[in-house]
Amino acid sequence: MIKPQKDNFSIIGNRLPKIEGFEKANGSALFTDDLVLPNMLIGKILRSPHPHAIIKRIDTSKAEALPGVKAVMVGSELTEMYGVLPASQDETVLAIDKVRYIGDEVAAVAAIDEETAEQACELIEVEYEVLKPCLTIEDGFREDLPKIHAHTKMANVMKEVHQEFGNVEEGFAEADFVMENEYFFEGNTHVPLEPHCAIGQWTDNRLTLWSSTQTPHYLHVALAKVLKMPRSHIRVIKPHIGAGYGGKSEPFALEFCAAWLSKKTGRPVKFLYSREEVFYAHRGRQPMKMILKTGVKNDGTLTGIHMRTFLDGGAFGSYGLVTTYYSGVFLTLPYKVKRFKFDAYRIYTNKPAGGPKRGHGAVQPRFAMECQMDKIAEKLGIDPIELRLKNAIEPNTMTVNSFRVTSCGIKDCLENTRKRSGWEMKFREYKNQSGKIVRKGIGVAASTYISGAGKSIIWNDMPHSGVQIKIDRGGGVTVFCGASDIGQGSDSMLAYVAAEVLGVEVSDVHVCQTDTHLTPVDLGSYSSRVTFMAGNACIQAAELIKAQIFEVASKKLGVKKDDLDCGRRLIFSKSDPSKFMDFVEAANMAESTYGTIGATGSYKPPKIGGTYKGSGAGPSPSYSFSTHIAEITLDVETGKVTVDKIWSAHDCGRALNPLIVEGQIEGSVYMGVGEALFEEHIFHKNGLHRNPSILEYKIPTILDTPEIESIIVESIDPEGPFGAKEAGEGPLHAAIPAIANAIYNAIGVRLDSTPFTPEKILKLLDEKTEAGGNNGKKKVRDIGAKKLVKSLETT
Amino acid sequence: MKSLIQLKVNGDLFEIAVASNRTLLEALRYECHLTGSKQGCDMGDCGACTVLIDGVPIQACITLAMDCVGKDIVTVEGIAKHNEPHPVQIAWNNQGASQCGYCTPGFMVVAKWLFDRNPDPTEEEIKTALSGNICRCTGYTKIICAMKEAIEIMNDKQSAMK
Repeated sequence: MIKPQKDNFSIIGNRLPKIEGFEKANGSALFTDDLVLPNMLIGKILRSPHPHAIIKRIDTSKAEALPGVKAVMVGSELTEMYGVLPASQDETVLAIDKVRYIGDEVAAVAAIDEETAEQACELIEVEYEVLKPCLTIEDGFREDLPKIHAHTKMANVMKEVHQEFGNVEEGFAEADFVMENEYFFEGNTHVPLEPHCAIGQWTDNRLTLWSSTQTPHYLHVALAKVLKMPRSHIRVIKPHIGAGYGGKSEPFALEFCAAWLSKKTGRPVKFLYSREEVFYAHRGRQPMKMILKTGVKNDGTLTGIHMRTFLDGGAFGSYGLVTTYYSGVFLTLPYKVKRFKFDAYRIYTNKPAGGPKRGHGAVQPRFAMECQMDKIAEKLGIDPIELRLKNAIEPNTMTVNSFRVTSCGIKDCLENTRKRSGWEMKFREYKNQSGKIVRKGIGVAASTYISGAGKSIIWNDMPHSGVQIKIDRGGGVTVFCGASDIGQGSDSMLAYVAAEVLGVEVSDVHVCQTDTHLTPVDLGSYSSRVTFMAGNACIQAAELIKAQIFEVASKKLGVKKDDLDCGRRLIFSKSDPSKFMDFVEAANMAESTYGTIGATGSYKPPKIGGTYKGSGAGPSPSYSFSTHIAEITLDVETGKVTVDKIWSAHDCGRALNPLIVEGQIEGSVYMGVGEALFEEHIFHKNGLHRNPSILEYKIPTILDTPEIESIIVESIDPEGPFGAKEAGEGPLHAAIPAIANAIYNAIGVRLDSTPFTPEKILKLLDEKTEAGGNNGKKKVRDIGAKKLVKSLETT
Repeated sequence: MKSLIQLKVNGDLFEIAVASNRTLLEALRYECHLTGSKQGCDMGDCGACTVLIDGVPIQACITLAMDCVGKDIVTVEGIAKHNEPHPVQIAWNNQGASQCGYCTPGFMVVAKWLFDRNPDPTEEEIKTALSGNICRCTGYTKIICAMKEAIEIMNDKQSAMK
């Protein structure tokens, strides 16, 4: 790896606007639905009204006869299975033999306008034979229910994971006390404001597809597979995208439909999902039942952790294999754990498929772990922050499941939030408010997340990220990279990095948006990988160009190369500032000497991780760390929780642009607050989504959002670009347990299931009063996970 | 059957043919080619399509185009004066208040409406004014910073004029 040659930065570390900031503020930034191609048709999808049914017959003749309809497609036209993970190819573009959830895609139409396309969908006749649906985690183990997918071995269990590192029973035997609790995390979804949109244009046996995708590369791969055409004949372009948060990080039906219907009609075809359809596309947070068992010594030392999780995966695999692992493996961080056991089951259910929402799979177990830490601290009479500090891992350690941790600022995060929030006094004071109707509470939680996955989804030896840079004769720098800027600022990051290395201004850099014909492969915006990986690739490419420029400048100025530096469009001598030359002149000289100026850079993670089964899930070139403290107000008469403020300290290695890092922290915290207080997917008993709209699915408005104080902790990662690591997902996790712990601090009631609605809080308060402490009545708290384990053990 | 109507948008007259059920948002985006206003929810829930109609913020996705004949419509494209950005647009850029930017056009329109009526709003007034606009990226924190910077820019401009 080429290391950056400087540490006195001119651009890195400054609070700079994003490169497309103005475009977005004046409405000229182009998103996929803003593009209109000549002769373009509009596509619509007919969806299943049944959660589980066999398709007996489809008749599209009436639809095809409708004036204005140009083509209709059904499942049998594209039979190749796909799925974002090579080991989980369980989807077809449209349902072929059967439908698997209410909203499953059955047929698609291309017509001259939206209205005609909708009418045509209504004219398609489908005869179904309704099957019994599998709608809950418990259903998933029932052998008497029909299988959703033929390949499952045990009932509708999609994936099982069993791992043990060290002997956890020995750990529990060594403990002074063992605590076991059940937790439940409700399913919720991303709600990116831009609905999924795709335009397909098929000409001369070549396809161009514009799509609002976080993962253009994986879409490229899937299109070639499903359409059975060479990848070299497919071009995927990602315009500006109205966010994703994980919800657009795999191929979706509309992308294939737009391509195929364009082939059938010879005209471009656009699909734009309605908001309701976005809820069906989903791939969001999977409902999870968890049993967490911890052994602890009286001094607070953790002696062992056993986590058991049950994931309600929905109708398809999606990233579910990874989610299943992620529902446990990160519990060996950020606390020292010598023994760790983990059992997980992911279930297929007849509901929209779950997938990777920001913090993928790790948010749910983190909620359990951090609530458990709070309970342990209380039992031991130790301050919850002290307990965390005592167990916090150090930099440069190896976890029991072979995760290599390099930079680690967890202790700084804990100390910073403690200091800034006024923790000590508040935590004690808020414990004793009995009698008050409106109470305050304060709670803490910590978390960790990956900066990219050590292994790519499609295992191979190629780089995870590639960057190409060219310099034009006017000194303009163009950066080509397949990284998908979804609003997190990755294009800007590339511009800052290139400008820093080459010593030009950010405005001199143009970043080419993802276009598989132009940009080298980057695997996409998921796993918080882009800054770390594309940033390093960009440094490598820019350093190669800088070397050529310094070579010619050294000769021209009569200065040794290692005495040269660059900045503000100048190449200059560090020892004699009177010797300098213009960047454009130097670049032109370099071109005269070497020919066209351009270079590529790549990033591939080092070989990390263990050799055990499932060891590919979890290793990352670097881990981020966070601590959140939440202060709340709770009205015991209404049960309403108001989050007043969250202090969020996040170790991002180095903040390449603190303004953007803060934005990522604030956005993550906001999303965590939504998941803690409001957000839940609700289904009727027949599998119908009950709240598929922004009105019914409650997300925080500006009035519901607390003040967020973001605290950047810089641990300067040894391998990150200029020392940076992730900031886009890590700061979400701890917000939820911090609020749960604050509620306990306020009213002495444990919220072990999300969301923390007024109804739930009032019920818990009632139970507490009725129980007069704890007589074993646990109506709300009965999550049913232990029952599940018992029934599994007996079968 | 479509009817020919005239819409006055950002001072320009557009003569377009629309069906009676065509929403103002569709007419703006697909007939007038003003794609700044965004479709987020189809039901008036998210605010990404907000435009000013006779000076009042309205969700264009639940307004019929035909009902807007003879009215003065301002979209995000009409916020800047000639080529000079509105102070809120400058502040939005400076403060990193757009992440994905899909909600931004709606925020711009409401911000302009607020500042036209009240050039020095309190934080509570800012929050109330923007409470019909959903942003899913920023946690609204940088949005509030940008609104405050916009006020400063406007104050500086005014004192410079004096």
